[in-house]
Amino acid sequence: MAIATPAAPTVDVPAIPLRQLLPWLAFTALLGLLVIFFVSADQGAISIPAGNAIHEWVHDGRHLLGYPCH
Amino acid sequence: MTPRTFLVHGLLAGLFAGIAAFLVAHALGEPPLETAISLEQEHSHESGHEHENGVTVSRENQSTWGLATGTLAIGAALGGLVGLAAAVALGRLGRIRATQSTALVALVGFVAVALVPFLKYPATPPAVGDPDTIGHRTALYFSFLGLSVLAAIAAVVLAARLLPRLGTYRTVLAAAGGYLVVMVLAAELMPTVDEVGSFPASTLWEFRRSSITTLASLWAVLGVALVGLVGRTQEKLAVENARRELAASL
Repeated sequence: MAIATPAAPTVDVPAIPLRQLLPWLAFTALLGLLVIFFVSADQGAISIPAGNAIHEWVHDGRHLLGYPCH
Repeated sequence: MTPRTFLVHGLLAGLFAGIAAFLVAHALGEPPLETAISLEQEHSHESGHEHENGVTVSRENQSTWGLATGTLAIGAALGGLVGLAAAVALGRLGRIRATQSTALVALVGFVAVALVPFLKYPATPPAVGDPDTIGHRTALYFSFLGLSVLAAIAAVVLAARLLPRLGTYRTVLAAAGGYLVVMVLAAELMPTVDEVGSFPASTLWEFRRSSITTLASLWAVLGVALVGLVGRTQEKLAVENARRELAASL
């Protein structure tokens, strides 16, 4: 069974070294959190930039994805 | 498998998740949202409180392009993050395959990022929630969300350490139990937000049900797509390796 299918449990999966993962993780986290901020909270409690255009545009998504809106 | 593999797969899975979330939110969430907005407008006419001047986006746009922008952006962002979290988990959670550790990451992600925060601070439709308390409510929601994510990460890291000593059953019990204890305590200690007032209960229920269904479909599609993509890559790599080994043995 283990020989017949190449996808069968490879007992030890090699981990990716943290050194190699860190820059990807840091950049993705930075960018991801920024995107989440703009959709979930901008122009509610804090506004960058001032105004309500972003809030208005993503209004329905903010409500339905469970973020506090207004 | 490289970080690149996981990021690309995560972003792609996130895109699918965003599309699924949009479809569910549009079909199930928009009807109660419309009802809530009409109630809000009735209310604001009575009290003379109009929306502050600024940009107005039509309901038509808000419920289609605006909603899609939100779900796709959140889907892609979460997809990238979950993809890389799966890259970190690879080979570090005991002797399980890449697809299994990836599925675990997606499941933990749904519970910690969507389900548990929803149980304490559930989604509110328009007309529920005092605009003056938005700062307080935002701080509470994101504090609870942050704590939930940190507790979940701590539980998984701890589980990886305990696994060789305690075995799978006891490790899972300890990690899940530890996370639960922390979150139940936090939920008990943190203030409750109740600004529902006289908003109709059935509309509120319908709205919240559609909201959690949207979140569940986002995470389900994200997890299933990511596991599928990772599994496909894993199989390809295994076939390549087998071929290389065969060639080397000749």
